[in-house]
Formats: sequence, C-alpha cells, structure tokens
Amino acid sequence: MLLSEIKYLVLKDIKLEFKQRYAINGILLYVVSTIFVSYLSFADIIDSATWNSLFWIIMLFAAVNAVSKSFVQESTSRQLYYYTVASPQAIILSKMIYNFMLMGVLSLLCLLVFTSLMGEFVVNYPLFISALLLGSFGFASALTMIAAISSRTNNNFALMAILSFPVVMPILLTLMKVSSAALSVGTMAGNMKYLIALVMLNAIVIALSYVLFPYLWRD
Amino acid sequence: MTGFLKANWWKLLGVLLILYSIIAGFLIDVPDVKGNIGQSIRNLFFHVVMWFAMMVMFGTSLVRSLRYLSTFNMKHDLYAIQSANVGLFFGILGIITGMEWANFTWGTPWTNDPQLNGAAITILAYFAYLVLRRSIDEENKRARIAAVYNVFAFVMLIVFIGILPKLASGSLHPGAGGSPSTVNSLDFTMRLVFYPAIAGWIIVGYWLTGIRVKMANIRQYLDNPE
Repeated sequence: MLLSEIKYLVLKDIKLEFKQRYAINGILLYVVSTIFVSYLSFADIIDSATWNSLFWIIMLFAAVNAVSKSFVQESTSRQLYYYTVASPQAIILSKMIYNFMLMGVLSLLCLLVFTSLMGEFVVNYPLFISALLLGSFGFASALTMIAAISSRTNNNFALMAILSFPVVMPILLTLMKVSSAALSVGTMAGNMKYLIALVMLNAIVIALSYVLFPYLWRD
Repeated sequence: MTGFLKANWWKLLGVLLILYSIIAGFLIDVPDVKGNIGQSIRNLFFHVVMWFAMMVMFGTSLVRSLRYLSTFNMKHDLYAIQSANVGLFFGILGIITGMEWANFTWGTPWTNDPQLNGAAITILAYFAYLVLRRSIDEENKRARIAAVYNVFAFVMLIVFIGILPKLASGSLHPGAGGSPSTVNSLDFTMRLVFYPAIAGWIIVGYWLTGIRVKMANIRQYLDNPE
C-alpha cells in the first residue's frame, strides 16, 4: 500500500518535472554559473583542501536551492488533494526519493563541471563518488524535511537556509572528511567507518521524518 | 513566613548553592595544574557548569515539545520555548566564560576545536528555532511546527556533538586523544564545589523558566483580556 503510493507520487513528480522543465534546468544552470563564477574569481586552485571546501560549499547551496521547491511549487489546494488520497508517510518518502534522484544527477554534473574547470584533484574516484552519492542522499533527506517545515511559514526561502545549516552540518563535515581522503591517499577500506556513519545519519533523518512529518501537514 | 518558605525553599536552595560555588570556588585550594592552566582551573566551576545547565534546559525543551505533540496542550509549548530561551542564555554565558578562559590558556579566544564548533552550532540551531517561531502567526500551527523542528534539531545536534570529535584531528580540551578528562581527574575538594554548582544553576534555570512562563501568560492576558 505504502510502496504503491510512493511509486505513484514519485512518478507524478518526475512527470511534472518533464512537463515543466524549468525547475531542473534552473538548478543545473545555477550550479554551472556558480562554478563558473568561482573559476573566474579563483583563477587557479593549487591545493586540494581549497578544492574540497569550495566543491562542498557549492554542493550545499545547490542542494538548499534544489530542495527548497519541494513543497511550494504546487498549489495548496492540490497539496490538500494529495493529503486526502495518500498517507503523509508516503508523501514525505516520495519527496525524499525524488529529491535524491535530483541531487544525484546534480552532484554528478557538479563533479564533471567542477573537475573540468577547476582542475582534477580526485585520486580515488570510487571513494569520492560513493561519498558523493551518500551525501546527495543525506542532503536530499534532511533538506526535504526542512523544506516541509519552512513551507509552512511566511518567510520560506530565508528560513530554509537558516533552519537547514545546523541540521546538515553533521552530514557535511563527515562528507568533507571522506572526500578529502579521496583527494589524497585514502582507500575505500580505510574510510569505511565514515561511509557507515553517513548511512547511519541517513537512517536517523529518515526515521525522524517518518515519525514527525504527519504533525506538519495537518492544519 | 513558613508558608512562603515551604513553597519557595528550592529557589532559596538554588541561590545558596550558587553563592556557595562562587565563594568556595574562589577560596578553596586547587591542585597546581601543570602547563598554562594554573589558577584559571577555577573557571571550571563557572564555564563547564554552564554547559551542563544549558543541556538540561534544552533537554527539558525537547521533552516539553514531545509532550506538546502528544497532547496538543499549549502549556507545554510555552514551557518548551521558555526552556529554550533560558538554555540559550546559559549557552551564551558558557561561550563568554569559555572565550575568556581560552584567551588565557591557549592565547586566542576562538580556535577550530570540536567542542567550540559543537557549541556554536548548538546555539545557531536554537536561534534558528526562535526565528522559526517568529515567522508563523497562528498559535497552534506555530506550536506544532516549532515542536517538530525542536525534536529534529535536537537529535541531529546530539549526533553532531557525538561524531564531531571523531572527525577532528584532535581537541585542545582535556579528555580528548587520551589526555585525562578534567572532570574525571578532579580532586575531592573541587568535586565538592563542582557538583553543587551544577545543581544550583539547574535549579535557578528552572526558576527562570517559571518566571518567564508567568511573564508570557501575563503579557498574553494584557493583549487580550477575557
């Protein structure tokens, strides 16, 4: 029951995206322009620490921008309709899955553009990409919940950033630890504990959202 | 008079415990700590105590938020916000006393240390909680959404404080990287001041919360008397 609801809701979001297209194109353009601005202003990055920080800062802001639309792009009356036909758990989980797919595409594109413009610093690609995907999942799940909270306020976009930073900080710092290892001599086995920590963080966020989201949507 | 004492003895106890911790904290003999800490070890009775009091107040706020979500009684929401306010007050005092101490022992008021970053993020999260509350007008909706954020943020902060020291390369604070923790190696006279100080500040914290709740009730009554 829950699974079929989630499937339909995710398919609905994807269809909506392909019909409108401006959301995903907008966010892709945002990432490319941010990277280009940093390319123009940094000119030449020589150390991997700067590369790493800049990459994750860009990813963080792109994620906040991409996910903040989750609950506001559709009208309130249509949202009310979803709430009558689907369970709140299905709604939050489907949004998380959709945002994860969005963030996955976004992060891979970000990596591609960033390495081609800022220089290639990644040594261990399997480690870096597994961190990137786990990070996309973490950003997507934590930010979806924050987007749900901030969509209920009067001042949605400013609050999205304020509320999300304390919450995504554990995920972001763990990610930067793994990815800085992937930029030098780190191995998959040596960083397994951080990857497991990321999986655990995701599990905590999803469990909390599953329990707390039903309190958010009813009015 | 006896009736007054019967109702308010715990407030008196809290004030006396704090007074005791201040007076004894400056008078007792402290062990001669090696390195550049020296007599500034006495700050333990003020700085470390603030973090204990802050975490207790934030914990109370979390419990009140959970109780609000299970009962939808506005009283719990009022206690949740006021406990968070008092916790923030302790947190800011903790940062100030800590910066003073750090300036003396490490030569700089702020370093990139896991404990400091954890404290900063905690304070930021609760300021965000206050901003979130300000941005919702309708009372029941505000209470519900703020409670959800309070629970979500508190759990993530506990996780953050738990994993942060494992990510950092080391901490200047005692107790990290195999160096003995200050609290575990406290000598007996210091414990005699340290534990009463914690109890005193927590009691005063609850007292402050009660006063702020009463103030909020009066303000609400003045705004629309019914």
